[in-house]
Amino acid sequence: MRRLGIILPATLLGLLLAAGPAFACGGLIGPNGAVNLLRTTTFAGYHDGTEHYVTAFQFAGGGGAFGSITPLPAVPSSVVKGGDWTLQRLIRETSPVFAYDAVRAGASAAASGAEELMKVRIDALDITVLRGGAADIGTWATDHGFRLPPDAPEVLDFYAERSPIFLAAAFDADAAAERGQQLGDGTPVHITIPTDNPWVPLRILALGKTGSEQVQADVYLLTDDAPALLPAPTGKTGIRLDHSAAATDGLLTDLRSDRGMEWIPSTGWLTKIAVDSAAADLTYDLAIDASGAGVPSRVDAGFELPSAAAIAGSFDGGRLILALVFSIVGVFGVYLMTRYRPGGAVR
Amino acid sequence: MSIDRAVAALGLGLATALGAAAIASTVGRSEQPLVVEITIHYSHFSPSAITVPAGRPVTFVIHNTDPIDHEWIVGDAALHERHRTGTEPFHNARPTEVSILPLSNRTTTVTFAQPGTLTYVCHLPGHEAYGMTGTLVVTGG
Repeated sequence: MRRLGIILPATLLGLLLAAGPAFACGGLIGPNGAVNLLRTTTFAGYHDGTEHYVTAFQFAGGGGAFGSITPLPAVPSSVVKGGDWTLQRLIRETSPVFAYDAVRAGASAAASGAEELMKVRIDALDITVLRGGAADIGTWATDHGFRLPPDAPEVLDFYAERSPIFLAAAFDADAAAERGQQLGDGTPVHITIPTDNPWVPLRILALGKTGSEQVQADVYLLTDDAPALLPAPTGKTGIRLDHSAAATDGLLTDLRSDRGMEWIPSTGWLTKIAVDSAAADLTYDLAIDASGAGVPSRVDAGFELPSAAAIAGSFDGGRLILALVFSIVGVFGVYLMTRYRPGGAVR
Repeated sequence: MSIDRAVAALGLGLATALGAAAIASTVGRSEQPLVVEITIHYSHFSPSAITVPAGRPVTFVIHNTDPIDHEWIVGDAALHERHRTGTEPFHNARPTEVSILPLSNRTTTVTFAQPGTLTYVCHLPGHEAYGMTGTLVVTGG
């Protein structure tokens, strides 16, 4: 049994998108102070081949639309409103101190080339699960009125090369105000993702930041045993280990009692990773091996491309033989052509 | 006329035509626009330094390989200072200021009258700070 719980409190997980009419000529991204996505808090758990993400968007006031894009390891099977206290309870565990109205829509193809796999409305959030390359996702965002920051093309490529699945969340501040949402109110979203390949996106946290800006985040992991991580949280790599211990019965019971959290097992290992890195240095994700093998994936960490790993790890003898045969036939053909003379004579 | 002579005459005619075309090209070269290709990738210009002669039209072919909007605005420091606080949403009126839509190409032809050093910049929010600048040196021709 494998399980993995991840939470990013007080941080923004996702590509920040400024919405509304485009401002050229040095205008600010988004109206200054008019609307803010205060923070995005994310929890992801892994159990029996299924990853569970709970992401909360907090309303900071203002009007208009705002949003984020979160890279996912695979296509989710459901996106629903998350539980009410899961995120807060996890934070409290290491720092002593969420109505299903979602509507799933059928898949449809977007004009940009990005495939819309799922559309869900949760409170004031319009959530779309997308499949596509970096260009597809970027075009989709542009077509939907969002402006991506200048580092988005490279960051989207970084993720799309490993998983072409993204979750776009557009926050309608006007709708939030109409619903009576107060400043600081959060909307938790629970994403269920069947996958053999869980990882925590960290590089996305630096999106839109200048190189010297600091990225700070807390990552909570819940696994059967102490997980193997890449990069190692030594503190020198921009991430450090803040907590590593068996999860208490109280924590597991509290988490299990929240909405949609019945999958929480009876035992587990709780790890807290603190991210504190200059944006320019945060060029990796957190690869986790919760299987006990102790070999976190270099591809998942973003240190290696999937294609490079595939080439290094496989040898297709059949294709090599076929290529050799074609090469020999080609050389023989050239030889015949050089010996052919007009009139049918052969030298 | 034998076939061999016909082939020889045809070859001579072809060679003459090609030679005339080459001479015409040389004569007219100074009036033809110089073509400079610029590629935008990951919100950076490539090349980031270009040298062109003054007084001769230069056609810039700008390829935006990114899925986001970009701008190519060339000029002196004063012009760029104005654009940093500008509000023009799309540039199309001046050949030295063009917007390039995502994943598209844009062509503009400019004749720089005076030698000097200019810069080209994308003034969309955050793009200049991200490094989306280049230097254009205009020589004496």
